[in-house]
Amino acid sequence: MRDFSYFRADNIEAARNAAALPGAMLLAGGTTLIDLAKCGVAEPSTVIDISHIDGLNAIDVTADRAVIGALARMSHVADNQQVKSLFPAVSEALWQAASAQLRNMASIGGNLMQRTRCPYFRDPQNFPACNKRAPGSGCSAIGGVTRGHAVLGVSEACIATYPGDLAVALVAFDAEVDLGERKLKVEDFFLAPGATAEREHDIQPGEVITAIEIPGSAAARRSTYIKVRDRQSYEFAAASAAVGLELEGDGRTVRDIRVALGGVATKPWRVRAVEDALKGKALSEDTIRKASELAMEGAVDHGANHYKIALAPRVIARAILKLGETA
Amino acid sequence: MTVHDMKHAASDSAHLEAVGGRLSRVDGPAKITGAAKYAFEQQLEGLTHAVLVGATIAAGKVSAIDSRAAETAPGVLAVLTPDTIMELKGASDWFGNPSPQPTYNPLAREVSYSGQHIAAVVAETFEQAVAAAALLKVWYDETPAIVDLSDGKAGDGIPIDAMTKEWGDAQAAFAAAPVRICAAYNTPREFQAAMEPHGLIARWEGDELTIWEPSQWLDGMARTYAEWFGVPFENVRLVSPYIGGGFGSKALALAHSAVAAAAAKMLGRPVKLVLNRPQNFTSYGGRAATRQTVAIGADRDGRIQSIVHRGVNETAVDGMWVEPLGSVTSIMYATPNFSSKQNVVRVNTVVPGAKRAPGENPSAFGIECAIDELAYELGIDPLEMRLINYAEQDPHTKKAWSTRQLREAFAAGAEAFGWAKRPPEPRSMRDGHQLIGWGVAAGTYPVRRAHGEAVVKILGDGSVEVESSSIDMGQGTYTILAQTAAETLGVPVERVSVKLGDSHFARAGVTGGSRLAGVMTGAVYKAAGQALDELIGLALSDPRSPFQKLQANTLQVRDGRIASPRGEGPDLSIAEFMAAVGRDRIEAKGDTLPASTTPQERYKNYTTIAMSIPHTEGDWSRYSWCAHFVEVRVDEDFGTVRVSRVVSALDSGRLYNPKLAESQWKGGIIMGIGQALLEEGIVDRRHGRIVNGNFADYMLPTNADVPDLQTISVGIPDPHSSALGGKGVGELAIVGIAPAIANAVFHATGKRVRDLPITLEKLI
Repeated sequence: MRDFSYFRADNIEAARNAAALPGAMLLAGGTTLIDLAKCGVAEPSTVIDISHIDGLNAIDVTADRAVIGALARMSHVADNQQVKSLFPAVSEALWQAASAQLRNMASIGGNLMQRTRCPYFRDPQNFPACNKRAPGSGCSAIGGVTRGHAVLGVSEACIATYPGDLAVALVAFDAEVDLGERKLKVEDFFLAPGATAEREHDIQPGEVITAIEIPGSAAARRSTYIKVRDRQSYEFAAASAAVGLELEGDGRTVRDIRVALGGVATKPWRVRAVEDALKGKALSEDTIRKASELAMEGAVDHGANHYKIALAPRVIARAILKLGETA
Repeated sequence: MTVHDMKHAASDSAHLEAVGGRLSRVDGPAKITGAAKYAFEQQLEGLTHAVLVGATIAAGKVSAIDSRAAETAPGVLAVLTPDTIMELKGASDWFGNPSPQPTYNPLAREVSYSGQHIAAVVAETFEQAVAAAALLKVWYDETPAIVDLSDGKAGDGIPIDAMTKEWGDAQAAFAAAPVRICAAYNTPREFQAAMEPHGLIARWEGDELTIWEPSQWLDGMARTYAEWFGVPFENVRLVSPYIGGGFGSKALALAHSAVAAAAAKMLGRPVKLVLNRPQNFTSYGGRAATRQTVAIGADRDGRIQSIVHRGVNETAVDGMWVEPLGSVTSIMYATPNFSSKQNVVRVNTVVPGAKRAPGENPSAFGIECAIDELAYELGIDPLEMRLINYAEQDPHTKKAWSTRQLREAFAAGAEAFGWAKRPPEPRSMRDGHQLIGWGVAAGTYPVRRAHGEAVVKILGDGSVEVESSSIDMGQGTYTILAQTAAETLGVPVERVSVKLGDSHFARAGVTGGSRLAGVMTGAVYKAAGQALDELIGLALSDPRSPFQKLQANTLQVRDGRIASPRGEGPDLSIAEFMAAVGRDRIEAKGDTLPASTTPQERYKNYTTIAMSIPHTEGDWSRYSWCAHFVEVRVDEDFGTVRVSRVVSALDSGRLYNPKLAESQWKGGIIMGIGQALLEEGIVDRRHGRIVNGNFADYMLPTNADVPDLQTISVGIPDPHSSALGGKGVGELAIVGIAPAIANAVFHATGKRVRDLPITLEKLI
């Protein structure tokens, strides 16, 4: 038996203290941790159950900002009327994620900690080499089946795709993650693999996510999340885009635009090159498509994932066109 | 076989309960409430748990296994390796051919595919067994593997002469034809993906073995166990009242079955062994990957002059599987010249197996796409193309069709779908960013026949029991056999209880090839008829019978009551009558075998497929038929294909229960959507290993991928196909769906995708 100790934290301080222990892992909705434990990837020595801590599941939304407690369920946030009206891309990203059953269990904090679906990462028995699991052991994916792997933010150590949807919308709108002692941009919270593929998040032992905060903006209010996938439901993105748009009074010139990509990068991927190319420009389909191509600067494919380089700009363009049409 | 008078069977078909009525599944409430007990849910005293360890190489030898850490781990009772597992005897194959090897070891020393079982750990709890299995250290001598059909080492394979079908001079006629198309069509390795995994509980009591295992063939699997362990067939009891999906995969006792039964024997305790989800992708074969080339030569008016077909399917290094790729090619269209040949290529995989419509399914993908290509080449409507070349008789055997309502299927489907409004040009329909396409394809499946037996008991309280070792894996056997017995005996259907899934019941052959309903309704019809004859005979002749003094020639039973045909004299419920004559039961065993059948032949009939009756036996060629009309929407930027409408018109002959037949057809259509758009076993070429062996990564259609499906029955009773006039249902509807979708994708986009599945990168 793989024994571990179970600790139920009744308050956030207790959770932080326990989370400082070596080999400790937090349990909230359990949809990632239990799955990874079953396939032999997660082998915690201590499981700290934070799901009973009071006050961490609040959803507080104003025009200025949304503050979402780490234990709020994905389904509750997705269905929140103010989130829908003030941050539609956030609601849409959540609705298109996972399945109804998973959304009812999974927490927002845990969602940020969701790990890659790289099949090599998830199969330690057959593929011992994985720099995420065993730093320095190599990457089994490079040279293997790469249809779902990343083309942006990759390194020689790792090409695993960040699989989530919510965080793509969060980085588009400059959301922050609250770790108690410090807050940082969600965009900075996620780490590209570089030479340290095992470090996926800027989080230290003893730190616990308590909330995420999303600043309100005109671009967030007019936003959308488009997810392209092999099947219509319960599937990770082949490519996805969170886009927010604010137009000048003329109804066609871009005042502010936010663009982030999912399903194609090693972390939720903000594409400022596209934003910069469109700010101050009048929207036209041609302008939008040309600017969207800039998102693929520096893209590197590994054969079977080459299609993502063609697909991702089209997803961005579709999202911008959709928002432009609602002007 | 005996062709029974169908007038009686069909007379009350307006009634829900009668044969032909839309009775809901009688096993439904037990399944919905959780009362239905599946194989792995048996609670046995002293149950132990076995976990298998699979090879992490695709080819080579196991050079050493260090099991010391596992042996001393908590709760561990045994570590079984190729060296320590008990020796079994070689068992005959499903045709009844004796094993070429006198002994059998279900744990491999020589590895011929990744995931092959090389060891097992048995412990007091499942968790202990899992933990201990992870402690095994295995060393291998690895040799190069042949990964798949496209592997440079694979070669051209082995010609399978039995698959060759030729008439006329196909090559010359093709060369001379004024219009020609030739294209290659590929289907990937696919898996049955039943929700319930494979596995079993095995218990020995002395030399008697009881196995709880989901099974499509209790008698065949019981024979295999008996032969492995050298015990009499009667000593093995297989129990399988409910099956959580089989799709062809659960008809044979497999290596993991042998490991569990051997472990139980060695330990003297019952053993439970359930394959985990990844093991369900490597422990038994799915549909073999296939390659076909189809060349068609035609006149300018669209009449086919020649079809030249070549096919290849993968098989295993250590086992043979032939996926008959010319099966539909050779019968769908009239052609004066024809040639089909097939090779198989050995690769390092578990031996492929049966998945819903093996052979017909990939065969139809080739010919039904090719005929569409020919239609575009000629500028003829694809539906018209099919009618121009309609086969009025079996083009291969030249025999008459028993029934072929395919023309009716085309007409009914086209009408319901609105095919006449289809603009011929590709890319001619759109809705915003979505390109819309309409496609058509036909499908067929042979009427496979066999013999079965059943026991029907009329009990003292007037209720009826039907017993058979056949099974219900969701297709509705419980329901239609209850309907058959109720109608034949004249009792309300709720007074009939059907007991299936126990090899100690009256015997049945394999539930596969869409044959069970035809076989078993015939057997129950016969047994129930015998029971009824005995009941009436008793009523007319027994001195204690109130009917005896009537001096009537016959009596009738309706609604569970016995009376004379004209109503004079007594009117008794069956229970009242049984009490009057002092009987607690009337029991009849009926079978569809000729009376001259020897016991050896009977055993062979139920435990092998050697006595299956050819579908072209005698004067007739017997098939089910269907026509699928499909609408797809393809996003012009993203390449994503979604099926938005399906209308299928199907000829399965007479339907014993239309509601259940429609469910099976719809299940086949949904499985076909998965095949067309999603399903593919993806192999890491360096390791020869399936990397998407789980339900997250091996994609199946979700509800959101399935539109409203309209099915239309165009069948008529076929007296040459079964006792009650039905033809096969279960496999028919998947045949032709993938080509209908591929043809619709071409109509939408102008792109011809000939490699399944049609994923988005093939269209952007």
